[in-house]
Order: sequence, then structure tokens, then C-alpha cells
Amino acid sequence: MSHDHVDARRLLCPLPVIRAQDAVAKLQTGDLLTVTSTDPGAKMDIPSWSRINGHEVIEIIEEDNEIIITIKVNQDA
Amino acid sequence: MEPSLKEPANKKQRKAVALISGGLDSMLAVRVIQEQGIHVEGINFFTGFCVEGHTHAVRKKHKDKQKRNNALWVAEQLGVKLHIVDVVEEYKDILLNPVHGYGKNVNPCLDCKTFMVKKAVEWIKENNFDFIITGEVVGQRPMSQRKETMPIVAKDSGSDDLLVRPLSAQQLPPTLPEREGWLDREKLYDFSGRTRKPQMALAEQYGFKDYAQPAGGCCMLTDENYAVKLQDMWANRASRAYELDDIIMLKMGRHFRLAPHLKIIIGREEGENNFMQGYKNQFVSIFPTSHPGALCLVDGEFKSDEELQQALRLVARYSQGKNAIEVTLNTRQIDGTEQAYSVTPMKESEINKEWTV
Repeated sequence: MSHDHVDARRLLCPLPVIRAQDAVAKLQTGDLLTVTSTDPGAKMDIPSWSRINGHEVIEIIEEDNEIIITIKVNQDA
Repeated sequence: MEPSLKEPANKKQRKAVALISGGLDSMLAVRVIQEQGIHVEGINFFTGFCVEGHTHAVRKKHKDKQKRNNALWVAEQLGVKLHIVDVVEEYKDILLNPVHGYGKNVNPCLDCKTFMVKKAVEWIKENNFDFIITGEVVGQRPMSQRKETMPIVAKDSGSDDLLVRPLSAQQLPPTLPEREGWLDREKLYDFSGRTRKPQMALAEQYGFKDYAQPAGGCCMLTDENYAVKLQDMWANRASRAYELDDIIMLKMGRHFRLAPHLKIIIGREEGENNFMQGYKNQFVSIFPTSHPGALCLVDGEFKSDEELQQALRLVARYSQGKNAIEVTLNTRQIDGTEQAYSVTPMKESEINKEWTV
């Protein structure tokens, strides 16, 4: 299992989602991806994108104007 | 959720990709096709000019506005996957060299729709899907959604009869999915014109209550104020070539064109100021130090002390010291070097109306 990170700070909607989507495409089922964003919209959009594509959001942390979201990848959905 | 499929085991499951903008029409188009047992997934193209997102994400003023991507929201309501494709680089040529020209502002709608459908054609080939659907309605938009221009999109995009417009299908020649019986044409619609009543009635029938209704579409290029700023940028640069940061900055702040070689951008509120801080290593900046106030980014260069003074005094005007006798400000070079100045804030009567972009 790998755990990748995407730095999407300063990127605005929908780029944090696109960066997450592109990173997830390279991962396997069970891998983790953590996305760090400063766009408040990411808090809704990344979980929404994860749900519709079958991935699981396992953690959302907000600190210092950053939103840190960790996704567990499911490529079998 | 997607309707359950009740097809014979030997019948191939047909698959369609839908261009989902986040508005009501594409939402309805997807549901109409889902109702016929087709597996639908969505595709959404990020050109850099999407209305939602940037401004609302940045401006504190809009903090009560729900920050969501409507295309994602629609996809989730419909129970379909959504593939968001970054086309910022490819889109430059569409905007700069539209074969069919611009609409009322700088919107190359016909070329844009053709480009997006063409990208969808590539996508269905790569992903083994059968056809494409859009929420277009005959006569709804003056450029890309006219009865005369809709066949141009189908032809120029290479989608030909694989492009289905479920809301207006009965107004158009039968497509391959209709002729082959994958779709029942009788269950498609014949909407036309600018009225939204048929769509709203269908939305009610499907139980869609919360949907986005962006005035003038979801693209900044149809917005008059944005178009003026973009045209000003093009008119005052050696080339019309642009980067993503350029077009995002056009959405931020007050823009003052002090000279062909010099524009200043002054943040309108805290959210914009915070966002613009991220550009301090790309632009010379100005900020008040004696009073709270806005950040200013300098696009271009000062060729005279008069231009520098104009900029300083304008920035002072948009600080809380606008009625003070004197405001102290710093200029900051890209390398971080700062220099202090003291100026009298500019009075409203001194602002040259031609500066405002």
C-alpha cells in the first residue's frame, strides 16, 4: 500500500479535484492519497468526487486555512 | 440513483458520456437517457473561464454562498461518475482563433462547443462508450444552440450521428442510437426556444428541486465586465497569448489601466487580498503600512515618478486612511526589496474615469 500526497494549495476549484483525480488514477485499490488545499470549496468537492467515483474519504482536517483530505482509493467501483 | 436496468441478458449494455456543466439542462438530459436504461457517465471540461469556483472561493463577501462545484453536485444527484478534464492549454487556441468568431462578448461559443464534443469523441473511443449526450436545446442560445448551428457542432467535432441532444432530439434528425433502437426517440423531447418552462416542468417531474441556474451560462467569457478586462489585457500586450494566472487575475480586484504598459490591481476585500498575496513573487506589489488597506499588484512597470505616485495615491485611497492627510505605503519588488513612501490619498474627483477597466 502506498500513500501519496498532492499539494493543491493556492489552486482554485476545480483544480484541486483535478489534481486529486489525476493522482488517484496512478494508484491501486487500498492506496491512500492526501490532498492539501487552501480552496474552501475543496472540502465539499473532493469528498463529492470521491463518493461518485467509489473512493472513501477517511479524514478531513482543517488547520491554518488549509484543508487536508485523505482518500482511500477504490479502483473497483 | 441510476434506474435499475431491465434488459435481456444478451442485449449489450450501451454507454453514453454526457457533457455536464452543472446546469439544469445537462442534468435533465442525463436523467432522460438513464431512464432508457443507458449507463451514463459525465465529463466536464475546465477551460479556466468557469464562473463558479474562483471568485466565490476567494471572496469572503461570498462566504455564505455554498462553495460547491455544480458539475460534481449534479453528478452526485444523478448517481453518475464525473471525469473532469483540464483543457486550459488546448483551449487557448479555441479562444484566440475561433473559426466561427465571437458572440456578444469574447465568447467563442460555437467553436467551444465543437471543441468539447470533439474531446468527448476522443474520450468515448478511449473508454469504449457508445455515444455522447448534451443538454443543448434548439434555439436556446444565440450562437451555439441554433437549429442551423447544431449540425455544425456534430459535423466539425466528428461526432456526427453519435451526438444526441435528448431535450431537443425530436427537433433534429434521428441519430445512430435512435436508429439502432438503443434509444426510443418517442421518449426523447422536442424542446426549443429560450423559454425555460418545459425544462422546469421536467425538473419537477423528476423531483429536481435544487439546481443551478447561472444567468448567461457558466462561462466568464459571456460576462461583459470580464470581457472588457480581457480585451484590455490583449490590447496592451505584445501578444494575446495568456497563462492561467492571467485569466484568474482578471477576476480579482479593481483594475486601473494607468498607461498601456501599466495596470494596477487593488484587492476589494480580505479574501482577495489574501489570495493576491500568493502572487507577490510574480508581481511588484504595494501595500499600506500606516493604515489597514488593500494589497495592490502591479502588472507592468512604472516608467515615471508620476505613474508611481498615481498608483501609490490610488492604493492609499482604498485604505482605511483614505481621509487622512498622509498614508505611508511600501512598494515590494519581486526579490523582496521594500521601499517606503508617504502620499496624500487620491480624491474620487482625481480618479481618471478612463483608468477604470
